[in-house]
Amino acid sequence: MITMKIAVASGKGGTGKTTVAVNLALSLKKCTLVDCDVEEPNCAIFLNTDMQKLEDVRLPVPVFDLDRCTYCGKCADFCMYNAIAVFPEKLLFFQDICHSCGGCAILCPEDAVSETTRKIGEIDHARLGELDFYQGKLEIGEPLAVPIIRRVKEYAKDHPVVIYDAPPGTACPVIDTLKDTDIALLVTEPTPFGLHDLKLAVDVVRKMNIPFGVIINRDGVGDDGVERYCEEAGIEIVMRIPHDRRIAELYSKGIPFILELQEYREIMLQAYWRIYRMAEAGP
Amino acid sequence: MMEITVISGKGGTGKTTLAAAFASLAQNAVLADCDVDAADLHLILDPHVEERRDFLGLKLAIKDEDKCNDCGRCLEHCRFSAINEDFEIIRDSCEGCAVCQLVCPEDAISMIDRLSGEAFISSTRFGPMVHASLIAGEEASGKLVAMVREMARKVAKNGEKDLILIDGPPGIGCPVIAAISGVSMVLVVTEPTLSGMHDLERVLGVAEHFGIPSAVIVNKADINEDNTNKIRTYCSERDVPFLGQLPYHDSATESMIKGQTLIEHADNPLAPIIKDMWNKMEEILSE
Repeated sequence: MITMKIAVASGKGGTGKTTVAVNLALSLKKCTLVDCDVEEPNCAIFLNTDMQKLEDVRLPVPVFDLDRCTYCGKCADFCMYNAIAVFPEKLLFFQDICHSCGGCAILCPEDAVSETTRKIGEIDHARLGELDFYQGKLEIGEPLAVPIIRRVKEYAKDHPVVIYDAPPGTACPVIDTLKDTDIALLVTEPTPFGLHDLKLAVDVVRKMNIPFGVIINRDGVGDDGVERYCEEAGIEIVMRIPHDRRIAELYSKGIPFILELQEYREIMLQAYWRIYRMAEAGP
Repeated sequence: MMEITVISGKGGTGKTTLAAAFASLAQNAVLADCDVDAADLHLILDPHVEERRDFLGLKLAIKDEDKCNDCGRCLEHCRFSAINEDFEIIRDSCEGCAVCQLVCPEDAISMIDRLSGEAFISSTRFGPMVHASLIAGEEASGKLVAMVREMARKVAKNGEKDLILIDGPPGIGCPVIAAISGVSMVLVVTEPTLSGMHDLERVLGVAEHFGIPSAVIVNKADINEDNTNKIRTYCSERDVPFLGQLPYHDSATESMIKGQTLIEHADNPLAPIIKDMWNKMEEILSE
């Protein structure tokens, strides 16, 4: 049985990660799609399906028993994130910046700190034919995306062919999405911004030792910088999606383009077999 | 002093292109690029770096193998999966909380500084700019955003500037919250796609959650006129000012290739619309 975990990523936002992830999943038909862009999850829009909530993602947070607290300030000194401030007769806790490490509860000499949990997001699921779809969703106003990404990936851990739709950028949420994947597809557009952010994304996947290929979206729109860079750096371009107003309009309506432009299903599958061989060959 | 942050929820809607255009319209501003993990504003503004500072992000746990007795208490207490079965610290996962150091009976763990990026104060043809770069794969981008904003405020104060114009990151999480907290207004750049609209709703929710006034701009408005109209209606229902809409036009990409803002780029139909948006925004801010 083929097993492969594919992350669809990009430095720059809006280059077409979700488009690639959803259309690839629909072309393969039998696979698992995981939306790891938990800040702005958009795969569900294109799958046009009702989701069923599997669970709330909750994080531990400390609770301070002020009857026991002696305001010694050890917890505030310890907290690396400055989420606690202690004054002679007052303790302030800033929930939004707490990382839930649990240190304050371990360390309190008066046993005045216990833990409860609070909701930071949720995991949803839908099944469409043989396609399994999971999404993580961050609550509005919550800062920490990573615990939700870790949780949603757990669900697909033992599935054979999994596509992760990554968030944009190169920081912690992207790193967590890329962990334990067999191959990364870096989606870019042929513009100076696209090229600059592609280079950043290449740095990340090289550092993580993950094999990768590039997909050029809106091919023909800008200049040949991305093309030249890939050629010079020996990076394989596994697919091109042309700069085509029909694709942009379908996207605007939330319609996956392979459903309307059938010829692309075959192109998607060819790209899939190319990356399968690349993943087998290793970094 | 005012602070304005350009955000979008969804990536690639034209935040940086518009922020650069606004930079060439602002009279007395400091520019700040807070999209620290994929910063692009410098590609247009071509900053000349005058000062650089190290960014120390989260701390990092390191272990003295000679002292470690493999008791496993660090693994038991680490909540970030940053210690493996062989009791080794996984650098990429460590969030620097120091719980391992706290529970280690042998005093084998210490916390060290971790160089996670750099921040810069630069000069550009439109005035001073503060920007940063995060080392690929490092954490704490929110903390670096806060550092860029702090530096921008100092530059603004010393240079008697009355505005800080911030190019924000995509999304709604930690770096976005750091880029908008306490600003005078957020400008949300969206596009008339179902994804753009979905993300607009969430990002307006974040601004509202933190009590920050917003205004909305639709880019590539003619890709789907129906959706553009829906966004206009949605904004009026929510009482969010609608600053205007831009059609899709090749000049956005052409100006980027030339390293120009859309205001500098000769003879393009977008420039007058952007000037009009800027005037509307100044009106709102003066109220």
